Amino acid sequence: MAHLRSPLTGLTRRSVLATGAAALATPMLSRRAFAAATELTMLAWYGHAEPDMVAEFEAQNNVKFVPKYYTGGDNMLGLISQSPPGTFDIILSDAEYVQQLNAAGYIDELDPADYHFDEYFPEFQQFPGHWLDGKLFSVMARFGFLGVAYNTDALTEAEASTYNVFWDPKLTGKVGHFDWHLPNLGQISLLNGNPIPYDIDEAAWEAVKDKTMTLRPQVGGFFDYGGTFSSLNDGQMLAFAGIGDWITGTLEKNGAKVRSIIPEEGGLQWTESWSIGKGSSKADLAKKWIQYATSAQGQAKSANMAAYPALIPNQKGWEVLNAENPAEAKRQGMVIGQSNVMDMIRSGKIQFRQLPIQQDLETWNDFWSDYKGA
Amino acid sequence: MRRHLSLYGLTFSLPLLIWQLVFFVFPLCFLVALSFWTVRNFAMRPDFDTVNWVTMYGRKVFWQAYATTFALAAVASVLTSVLAFPCSYAIAFKMSDRARRWAVFLMVIPFFTSYLVRVYSWQIFLSDAGILNVLFGWVGLGPYGMLNTVGATMIGYLTLSFPLVVLLQLFSLVFIDRTLIEAAHNLRCGRLRTVFAVIIPSARVGLVIAALFCFILSFGDFVSPVYLGGGDPTTLSILITDTTKSGQQWPRAAVIALTMIGTLMVVAFLSVRFAYKGRNA
Repeated sequence: MAHLRSPLTGLTRRSVLATGAAALATPMLSRRAFAAATELTMLAWYGHAEPDMVAEFEAQNNVKFVPKYYTGGDNMLGLISQSPPGTFDIILSDAEYVQQLNAAGYIDELDPADYHFDEYFPEFQQFPGHWLDGKLFSVMARFGFLGVAYNTDALTEAEASTYNVFWDPKLTGKVGHFDWHLPNLGQISLLNGNPIPYDIDEAAWEAVKDKTMTLRPQVGGFFDYGGTFSSLNDGQMLAFAGIGDWITGTLEKNGAKVRSIIPEEGGLQWTESWSIGKGSSKADLAKKWIQYATSAQGQAKSANMAAYPALIPNQKGWEVLNAENPAEAKRQGMVIGQSNVMDMIRSGKIQFRQLPIQQDLETWNDFWSDYKGA
Repeated sequence: MRRHLSLYGLTFSLPLLIWQLVFFVFPLCFLVALSFWTVRNFAMRPDFDTVNWVTMYGRKVFWQAYATTFALAAVASVLTSVLAFPCSYAIAFKMSDRARRWAVFLMVIPFFTSYLVRVYSWQIFLSDAGILNVLFGWVGLGPYGMLNTVGATMIGYLTLSFPLVVLLQLFSLVFIDRTLIEAAHNLRCGRLRTVFAVIIPSARVGLVIAALFCFILSFGDFVSPVYLGGGDPTTLSILITDTTKSGQQWPRAAVIALTMIGTLMVVAFLSVRFAYKGRNA
């Protein structure tokens, strides 16, 4: 009888141990061959440290981003104030909070020569709040407009082109609010004809409150980030106050019948910018990231960010976007040589979203709670 | 006779004591201290100022939210208890041992999935173009506005607490002395009367504790009022997020949180006292 050699016959305890040791050592070898990636901590809105945004930079610089995502400027300030200095290397902030970051000493001064300001539209080269006494503290990265978001099956563009549409009887119970007082009350302030919606005297503030209260019976709900997406996507809310293309753009690209429009009374502008956290031990790498993110290539990528699209302040970035993704450039109104979003800003139709100037932030916030509870 | 502390006793009781101190007493003390701090320009400052208490307790919206939250949690407790009782009764008295084990297992399964995910999935059923309205449409009814209503919030509370309430009720029902039930039947007591005169009083502790858990879970819940109720009406949990969302008003949020803790303590104390009333310790 032929002797059949079992496949396991050759295995001895020694060979098993040797193979096991070699297998265990393999990661060590590869770790020696490739130096461990440097970790860079980022405090930002959701999406900024996802692969579509950072994979290229991570590969080029052997960096690994460690993100901490926040929802809203107050949440961001809270996270920073509760963390030891140097916790966050890179901080993304909305414009109205840069001053707060600076006043609290959470961010470092930057050298304007390090960044591509010469490629920026003139309006964005000295953005208010990012500079203090001629010193730069934050580099503008993206912006967007807030207007009327609407379901295109329920409303025509003409109907949605005024904030008054929120009071339309056919929208009773179908008007949603993004649950943050600043954009919502700013829009009512624009509707009331205040040229600078956040710089209003007591009489104008009372008028804004009165007008807002009349909207309450129309309101179907107050939604956070996730709730805003789902209620617009499934048609539960047919019109939305306090948001813009940063929500509807993402939904529209995925086939939902929603869109945002800047109404005749004007729109608000949100702005995001990059800063370096004070105490960061990797400030050079953080600077390199900001240079990358504000370069023409990085900007084109940022305009089409998967989490939420945005407009970009870098003119060269517009050129790259138009070359690489003309459909998105057209959708967002960033086509050079045609009527585009810069015309809207230059015509005075857009006002910055900012903290209230003549009232306390608490006063606005307290009214918002009263409105919700009414 | 006076009890002496032994090393054996300390070994088992100290970890619990330390746990309670570190994760309950210290945070609670910090929360009390925080409620007296002040906020200037987004920065919290250690202080001893009653301004947060005076401001929050002076606001109509706070008391509206308090009443709403209390009423919703109370209705949820009653509703859940009433709906859960036939279920736990059937499992305790009508099923074989094997079927009972399966029923308990099935009641545990909902806890495998995140509550947030379960609540989000309800949106697919309840929205205007959702599954329920499509079904209603087939028989010529609707559509009904179900999402973003108080009713939808209540469904969320049931999702949160129904399995737990069934399990707690069940554990008290299975330990009822069966001879009492037999005695009631021998004395010509009808089935329904047996339930109300014998079973419910015998299982009172478990039933009250189950309802109490439902109240506690619903009173502090944030997910259902926001994702099924559309954030309207404002509950205390929503008011906490509103308060912290703007201007870093954590001290005011601490006032709301402490009021909630105080309320739950009073409710828990009264419930337990009612549950054990007339019993020997």
